[in-house]
Amino acid sequence: MKFTFNWLLEHLDTDKSCDEIVEKLSMIGLEVEGVEDRAKGLETFKIAEIIEAEQHPDADKLKLLKVYNGEETFQVVCGAPNARKGLKGVFATSGSYIPGLDVTLKPTKIRGVESMGMMMSEREMCLSDAHDGIVDLPADTEVGARAVDVMGLTDPIIEIAITPNRGDCAGVRGIARDLAAAGYGTLKPLSTDPVKGSFESPVKVTLDNPAEGEKACSQFVGRYIRGVKNVESPKWLKDKLLAVGLRPISALVDVTNLFSQDLCRPLHVFDAHKLNGDIIVRLAKAGETLHALDEKEYTLDDAMCVVADSERPLGLGGIMGGEDSGCTLDTTDVFLECAHFDPIRTAMTGRKLDIISDARYRFERGVDAAALIDFTEMATRLILELCGGEASELVVAGEEPAWKRSITLRKARVKQLTGVDVPESEMVRILDVLGCELTDNGDIFNVQPPSWRSDIELEACLVEEIIRVYGYEHIEEVSLTRETALPTVALTPMQQKRDAARRTLVTRGLSEAVTYAFLPEKQAKLFGWSDENLRLTNPISKDLEIMRPSLLPNLLSACQRNNDRGLSNGCLFEVGPQFDGDEADKQPVVVAGVRTGQTGPRNWAQAPRRVDVFDAKADVLAVLEAAGAKVDSLQVDPTGAPAHYHPGRSGAIKLGPKNTLAYFGELHPGVLKKMGYKGIAVGFEVYLDAIPAAKAKKTGALRPLLVLSQFQSVERDFAFVVDSDVPAAKILQSAKTADKKLISDAAVFDVYEGENMEDGKKSVAITITLQPTEDTLTDEQIQDISDKIVANVAKNTGSELRG
Amino acid sequence: MENLDQIKEEVLSAVAAATDSKALDDIRVNALGKKGTITSMMKNMGALSPEERKETGQKLNLVKGEVAQAIEARKTELADAELNARLMAEKIDVTLSARPEMTGTVHPVSQTIDEAIAIFGEMGFTVAEGPNIEDDWRNFGALNIGPEHPARQDHDTFYLPREQDGNRMVLRTHTSPVQIRSMQEKGAPLRIICPGRTYRCDYDATHTPMFHQIEGLVIDEKTHFGHLKGCLIDFCRAYFGVDELPVRFRPSYFPFTEPSAEVDIGCTREGGEFKIGAGDDWLEILGCGMVHPKVLENCGIDSTKYQGFAFGMGIERIAMLKYGIPDLRTFYESDLRWLRHYGFKALDVPSMVGGLTR
Repeated sequence: MKFTFNWLLEHLDTDKSCDEIVEKLSMIGLEVEGVEDRAKGLETFKIAEIIEAEQHPDADKLKLLKVYNGEETFQVVCGAPNARKGLKGVFATSGSYIPGLDVTLKPTKIRGVESMGMMMSEREMCLSDAHDGIVDLPADTEVGARAVDVMGLTDPIIEIAITPNRGDCAGVRGIARDLAAAGYGTLKPLSTDPVKGSFESPVKVTLDNPAEGEKACSQFVGRYIRGVKNVESPKWLKDKLLAVGLRPISALVDVTNLFSQDLCRPLHVFDAHKLNGDIIVRLAKAGETLHALDEKEYTLDDAMCVVADSERPLGLGGIMGGEDSGCTLDTTDVFLECAHFDPIRTAMTGRKLDIISDARYRFERGVDAAALIDFTEMATRLILELCGGEASELVVAGEEPAWKRSITLRKARVKQLTGVDVPESEMVRILDVLGCELTDNGDIFNVQPPSWRSDIELEACLVEEIIRVYGYEHIEEVSLTRETALPTVALTPMQQKRDAARRTLVTRGLSEAVTYAFLPEKQAKLFGWSDENLRLTNPISKDLEIMRPSLLPNLLSACQRNNDRGLSNGCLFEVGPQFDGDEADKQPVVVAGVRTGQTGPRNWAQAPRRVDVFDAKADVLAVLEAAGAKVDSLQVDPTGAPAHYHPGRSGAIKLGPKNTLAYFGELHPGVLKKMGYKGIAVGFEVYLDAIPAAKAKKTGALRPLLVLSQFQSVERDFAFVVDSDVPAAKILQSAKTADKKLISDAAVFDVYEGENMEDGKKSVAITITLQPTEDTLTDEQIQDISDKIVANVAKNTGSELRG
Repeated sequence: MENLDQIKEEVLSAVAAATDSKALDDIRVNALGKKGTITSMMKNMGALSPEERKETGQKLNLVKGEVAQAIEARKTELADAELNARLMAEKIDVTLSARPEMTGTVHPVSQTIDEAIAIFGEMGFTVAEGPNIEDDWRNFGALNIGPEHPARQDHDTFYLPREQDGNRMVLRTHTSPVQIRSMQEKGAPLRIICPGRTYRCDYDATHTPMFHQIEGLVIDEKTHFGHLKGCLIDFCRAYFGVDELPVRFRPSYFPFTEPSAEVDIGCTREGGEFKIGAGDDWLEILGCGMVHPKVLENCGIDSTKYQGFAFGMGIERIAMLKYGIPDLRTFYESDLRWLRHYGFKALDVPSMVGGLTR
C-alpha cells in the first residue's frame, strides 16, 4: 500500500514530520517497506522555456534551441520530437548529474554545434520510462522555479506492508486513523452531505443471493448519473494515482480508483448505455464467460458472484468489471455501483481465476460493512464536480450485513496478557479513536468494534489493539524462569541417538549434507518408490516431484556434482526423513551415508584403496553402537538388503529375524549407472527408530562389577577348509559355542581361496582367545578345548582342519 | 714403583685411544684380567715385606680402581657415539605429510539447531518433533487459518494427493503443527521448541522449496508478553554473542497469535560491512505472539485458564547472519568445499557452560 505524505495529511491533522510518522507507522504494526523521496538528485533542475527552436544545420533529426532558465539563455542541441518554441520543461545545465543516464553533463559539440545543457525527459529524471519526448509542462509554469516543486516531487511516497487482518488500512484514511489513535494528530472529519437526486434511476437493482450460507452481496447502492462528460482527470488526481503506481485512465475510472486507495472503498462505474435492462447480482451459471477489464476471458462457475444485466455478466462482484460495459471517453450516462461483497466468496473466486485486483485485495480483507450510502454520496459529488451531469435518486438493494457485535473486555485482562498497566483512560481513548463504542461496566468494558474492523472478534483482539497502539516498547521484559533449579534433559532418547550418530559419522570422516526431501520420479523408482500418495501435486519442477523413498539418491547426486567439479572421493551422510507413506508413522528419520571413489588422497606413506563394503559396514556398526544398539547381539543377513544394493556385496543388519536396523553395501552398479553416477560407491541406511529403547534399569547408571581374571589368557589359531559359501560368521559362532565360558574372543585373520585350494573351497583362519578365571590352563585343558572347537566347527559347517 | 706409574699411564692412554668396545675389552683383559699386568703385580706382592706390601697394595688398588673407572667411562662414551651414529643413519624427512585422515563436518543447519537447543534448554524447553507430511487441519485449520484465509496465500503450500477430512495432505509450511500435536497429546502446561524441515513452493535467490525453522511454545497460567520479550531478548543476545544487542518488538499479525509481533535486532551497514549489534539499522529475524485463544481451544486447552506465547524463526537465516553465509541455496548443494568451510567439527558440541560457539 502506497501513499504520499501530503495525501496522509488530507486526513490527519498533525504537527509530526514525515520521518516521525514513518518511524511510528512501523511501531504500530504498519510496517514501512520504503520511503521514496522522488526529489532526491533532482533538486538543482529548474524550469526553462524554449525561446527559439530551429533546425540543426547539419542534422535532420536534431534541433537547435535557445533555452532561458530565468537567469541566462543557453544554446542546446536537442533530438526530442516535441521540442518547440514556447515549451516549458526541465533544464539541466552543464555539470549536472543526470540520474536516468548515470552521466554528468559536459559542454559538448554535437555535429559541430555547441550544446550547453539538456532538456530532460521523464526517464532521464528517473520518474518513468517515458522517453518519447522531453517533459512538457503547462504554459503557465513559472520559469526558473525548481522542477521538483512544480512537478510535485517533494512529497515523499511511503509504502507500507499491510497484514491480512488490516484491510481498513488499504485506504489512506485508515492509516490516518491509526496514527491518530497513537497520539500522532487528529483525524479530520469527512463530508458525506447527500447529493439530491433529481430523477428516478432508470436502472433497478435486484440481489439474488443463494438461499443458504453467507450472502454473496448483502447490499448494493447504485446511482444513475446522466449527461456526464468523461474527460482526462485533473492534475491533482492524476498525480495522486501516479504517485501510488496507478495509471490514470479517465475521470470516471480514476474516481473509483481514488476511492479505493483513499477510503478503501472499491466502486464501479458502468456505461449505462451498454446495459441491457436492470442489474441483478447473482451467482454465475457454470460455464458463463466474462471478458474482464484486464482483457482476459474468464470462464465462471456457479460459486462465483457476478453483477449482471438481463443478458450477461457485467463483472465479477468485488473483483473486476467487464470490458464491454466499462466507461470510455464517449460515455455520457453512467451507473455507479457501491456494493458489499462477501469476503470469503470473493477470495475463493479470485484465487480460482487467479485475478489479483485492488478491489479483491480489499474485499477479501473486509471493507467497511456500513456507510455504503455515504460513500455513494461522496463519489457522486466528485463525479459531478469533474464530469458534470445530473444524479438520480439512490437505488438501494439489500441491507448492511450484520456487523455489530459486542465484546466483553475484562480490564484486568490487558495486564494479564501483556504484563503492562495501561491506564484505563488510555484504553478508553485508544479504542474510541479506533472507532469502537464503549460501555464501562465496572470490571469490564462492553466494546462494539466499528464497521470497518471485521478483524476484531475476541477479547484478545481488543487487548492487541490497546497494546499495539499504546506501544510494545512499554512492555517490560521478564526473563523466563525454569520450573526446576537446574536444566533438565531437552532431547528425547531418539533425538540423542540421532545426535550421537551424526557426530560419530563426522569423526569417521563423513561430512553431513542436507538435501531436499524430494527428487525426480526416475530416481525415486530406482529406490523403490511406487506410492502415488507421495507425488507432489504442485512440485516446483519435475526434478523435485516425489517424496524420497531413500536418502541415498540425493547423496549420490551430490557426490556426482562434486566429482564434476574435481572433488572426488566424497563421503557424505544425512540425517533426515524418508517417506514410506504419507501417514505420520511412515516418515522415519534415517541416517544414511555414502563413500565414493578411494579411501583417501594419494600419499607417500599409505596408498589409498577403493572404498568397499566393509567401509560401509564399519560406518553402520559405529552408528548403531553410538545409538545404543547392542552390537554383539546383531546378525548380518547377506541377502537382506534392498535392490539398490549389489546383491552379492551387501547385507541387512538385524536384531532377531524380523527387526531390520540397517542396510549396507556396495550400491548396485546398474542403479548407479541409471542415476548418472560414474564410479564406485558404497552406502548405508540406518533406521534408528528400529533400535529398541534401552530399558530403564533399577540400578540406574550403575555398571556391572568388573571382575578381572588373574590368569594369563591363551591364544590358539585354527585354519578350517570349508565350502566357499559358508559364512565366516558361522565358523566363528560355532567355535565360540564350544565353550562359552572359556572363550572370550574369536576373530578371522585370514581367508584364502585359489591356488593349492580345491575348487569351491576356502580356508578360513581364526584365532581364539581363551581366558581362564580360576587357574592357569594346562596343556591338556587347552588340547581338550581345541578338539571341541574343531569338532563343533566341523559339525556345523562341514569343515576340515587345514593340514 | 715407577714401573706402576708408567703402566698406569700406558693403560689410561690406551683406554682413551680405544675406538670400539672390542679394543676396550682387550685393554681391560690385558690390564685387569687374570693374567693382566696389574693383576700380576698384585699376585707378586707376596715377595714383599709387610710394610712394603701394605704400601704397594694401597697404590695398586688405587691404580686398579682408576683404570677400571676409565674403562667404564670410555665404554659409555663409545656406546653413546655408536647410538648417535645409528640414529643419524636412521634420519628421515619429517617435512613429509602425516598419513591422511578423513575428517568430516557437521552441517551448519544441525549446528545452529544444536545451539538453539543449548540456549532454550537452559530456559527449561524440551524438544518436540513431528512428521513432514501433515494434514491440512494441523498445518492450517487448528492454527486459525481457515480455507479462505488470506494468510494461506502467503504460505505457498505443497500439496499431496490423498485427502483427509476433505482436504489434501500438505508438506508442512512451518513447524507449528508440531505445537498442535504437542498440545493435543500433552496438554498444558507446556514448554517446547520444535526444530525441523519446512516446505514452501517457492524458489529464487532468497527462497528454497525446503528450509528449516525452529518454533517455541510456552503455555501455563501466568506467562505474558513480558516473558515473551524476555525469552527472545535473552535468546538473541546469547545466540549472537552480543550482550547489549538491541532487540525491538513491532506489532504484526499472525492468525495463530494475538497480540503478535515481529522482532528486529540492531545492526549496522557502515562502510558496506554488515555487522550485528548496536547501530543505526534494524533487521527482522523472527515472528512471535501470545497464543490465540482459538488455537488453545482447538487443541483442547482451556483458554480461560491457560495462556502463553509462541515464536518461530528460520534456522538458515540466523545461521547466515551469525556465520556470514551469503547464499541460502548453497545450504543444500552439498558442495564439499562449502561443507568444509562452513561446517563444524564433530566435538564442537554447543552448550552454554562449555561454550556456544568455538
